[in-house]
Amino acid sequence: MAAGPMKMRATLAPAGYTDIRVLMTHPMETGQRKDADGKLVPMHFIQNVTVKVNGKPAVEAQISQGVSRNPVFTFRLKGGARGDNIEVSWIDNHGETASIEAPVA
Amino acid sequence: MVGVFAVAAVRPWTALAAAWNKDAFGAKTSADALKGIGAVGAAPSGDIHVEAPEIAENGAVVPIEISSAVPGTSSIAVVIDKNPFPLVAKFDFLEGALPFVKVNVKMNETSEVRVIAQAGGKSYVATKEIKVTIGGCGG
Repeated sequence: MAAGPMKMRATLAPAGYTDIRVLMTHPMETGQRKDADGKLVPMHFIQNVTVKVNGKPAVEAQISQGVSRNPVFTFRLKGGARGDNIEVSWIDNHGETASIEAPVA
Repeated sequence: MVGVFAVAAVRPWTALAAAWNKDAFGAKTSADALKGIGAVGAAPSGDIHVEAPEIAENGAVVPIEISSAVPGTSSIAVVIDKNPFPLVAKFDFLEGALPFVKVNVKMNETSEVRVIAQAGGKSYVATKEIKVTIGGCGG
């Protein structure tokens, strides 16, 4: 399975915070799984995830192969406003990257 | 041409790619992972909230929701004692972010899960045992 597209939804909650739910397509291989031929599948996993709000970093995460395949994260911002631009991006141990942008709804 | 080079020089990932704590993530024991993130001697705290199943049927996908009410929390890390590489993630919360995260993790077997919050140069920890029916690291 190759790395692929992302999905994201950023929603302003009535309680006054913004929830960012983001899905990533990535195998997150641990290096311990064997393929059909009994050979170990090499490690392949996302290492860094960054959340930016209107261009400014809000969350910087370092993650390991211990995060589940096709990672799903929810992050939370203080306040926020409809239309704020949210950008989430990742880079893996092969240097592959992906990102997605959407306004707070 | 000058413009092209200027753009290439500020590609943000160049800096971020280096910010992966190889020593801490490569640690094979919780003790070494905690040392790697500067959290040796973390004080137990009731202000760190961990929501996770008591029993996870599938160790490949264990949902964990974490938040910290420790004032000034700047980061949260997840360490799973019995995983081959215990440090699973470290989240740094910058301006505008609440110390909250929901993430799905893999668990090799039943284990203590430690959530470490760092605030004002000090470390705090909450620990929860999650029982695993089918391990999720070998896939």
